[in-house]
Amino acid sequence: MTGAASSKLVSMRQAVDEHVPSGSSVLMGAELEQMIPFSAGHEIIRQGRRDLTLVGPISDILFDQMIGAGCVSRVMAAWVGNASAGVGYCFRRAVEHAIPNVIETVDYTNFTLAMALHAAALGVPFLPTYSALGSDLLKSNGNLREFTSPVSEDRLIAVRALHPDVAIVPVQRADSSGNSHMWGNLGVAIDGARAARKVIVVAEEIVSPEVISSDPNRTLIPGFLVAAVVHEPWGAHPSPVQGYYGRDHAFFAEYHEQSRTQGDFEHWLERWVSNVASRADYLKHLGDARITALRVREHAFTAPADFGF
Amino acid sequence: MVAAAAREIRDGELVFVGMRLPMIAFALAKRTHAPRGTGLFENGIIREEPASTLLYTMGDPPNLFRATFCGDMISVMSLLQQGRVHVGFLGAAEVDRFGNLNTTWGRRNGQAVRLPGSGGACDIACLAQRTVVILAHDPQRLVARVGHITSPGNGNGGAWRRAQGLPARSGPSAIITTMGVLRFGDDGEAFLASIHPGIRVEEVLSCTGWALRVSDNLAETPEPSEAELGVIREIDPNHFWTKT
Repeated sequence: MTGAASSKLVSMRQAVDEHVPSGSSVLMGAELEQMIPFSAGHEIIRQGRRDLTLVGPISDILFDQMIGAGCVSRVMAAWVGNASAGVGYCFRRAVEHAIPNVIETVDYTNFTLAMALHAAALGVPFLPTYSALGSDLLKSNGNLREFTSPVSEDRLIAVRALHPDVAIVPVQRADSSGNSHMWGNLGVAIDGARAARKVIVVAEEIVSPEVISSDPNRTLIPGFLVAAVVHEPWGAHPSPVQGYYGRDHAFFAEYHEQSRTQGDFEHWLERWVSNVASRADYLKHLGDARITALRVREHAFTAPADFGF
Repeated sequence: MVAAAAREIRDGELVFVGMRLPMIAFALAKRTHAPRGTGLFENGIIREEPASTLLYTMGDPPNLFRATFCGDMISVMSLLQQGRVHVGFLGAAEVDRFGNLNTTWGRRNGQAVRLPGSGGACDIACLAQRTVVILAHDPQRLVARVGHITSPGNGNGGAWRRAQGLPARSGPSAIITTMGVLRFGDDGEAFLASIHPGIRVEEVLSCTGWALRVSDNLAETPEPSEAELGVIREIDPNHFWTKT
């Protein structure tokens, strides 16, 4: 086991307090519809952060909630809404009517956002792509610029590197110094963790370093990149974590119905965020029946890989 | 509509599947005429076998269970940019006569409505060899000119795509609607190629926001076969995504 000196384990409250000040750019939802850091987003709302730039390919309803709560001044994303129901009402109200405040949207595509983070992860100022040529996204997003290839006649888009101040990345398991195992669809999480200036890992389980080093191919975030490790079981609900719990489809549908007006949304926010002290408190609120129904019913372990020599 | 979409997939092809109806179309194609097709998902999943249960999102746990490959977005999207992906499916709020798609700014009662945005749609529309659009046939949705090109089709026609620098082998292949199938002429404009059983040409024209050209060889879309209907009912037993 690692000694106490190297442990980065902190509560979500401490992690947000220390590493997510107002005005930050924050990468969340890097794993797309899986493993969205809802508990971190809710803590950011509770701590009253303002003027955040949210970065993420799609965010499902987390970005919508943070926008509705007034935390956000800019969104850099490919898609903002509710994957189950389509539009996000808070996002619409903010863009169309400046409710609760004006937000700037910087529209990407999934691939160009991935390229922006990949460029930052590679340590280069931009990467070229053919995607988005001919799209009106070029008119509104100054980080996508046409140029002619220096080695051919091709027209391309230069995607400017994007360095979020902090990436909040849910993982299945991590050791206390932040070495993290994750599996399933990875989205932009690996590049996102390398592109960001700081990383907060949110782990379903904390394991010993021996568990991590038993399967180093599965270590997708090395601990030296990580500023804080939060042990937060069910931290991604209502999004799924492969091997831990399923997607709470009903929750997304209910949110859609309960966020149609700003007043409705504020009631929703009180019930699920403002009047909830912690994730443990949230789970009590969610109830045992719902939690039981979302647990993995049938485990499916991988075949072991032999690292012997 | 789903059966017509499934028929756009040829055996052995790499398919960018997307969500909702295309997922069912891919599963249907796999179980009927295209058993060697491979499905790609932009969140990083590649599947030779469709998921065994109905999905709400591509990240639902059954879509990862017994997948062929799970990795990151670039490892899947790069296949698209290399030109290896044969066909990609897209939905849209609006499509126009040149197959351009808008999923960024809609209109409702004369007011601008902010929609979720591209997601991976623009990437697929730019880079897949063939793009197939699926949407309900409605004059508000099949418009002369989209207000915002989120995902480029043939621009304003002619050699527009090449002039933009888009890959030579790419672009819109079909628009499948609740009334028929539109395809694209050499000038880049859509025409009515096939009409679904029980629909009249005048209905299609009156539900299209521009003077839609009709093929001289207008076909009737073949009814879904018993085998196709059986598979659709099996995949979507509660008709969550499909009506028939």
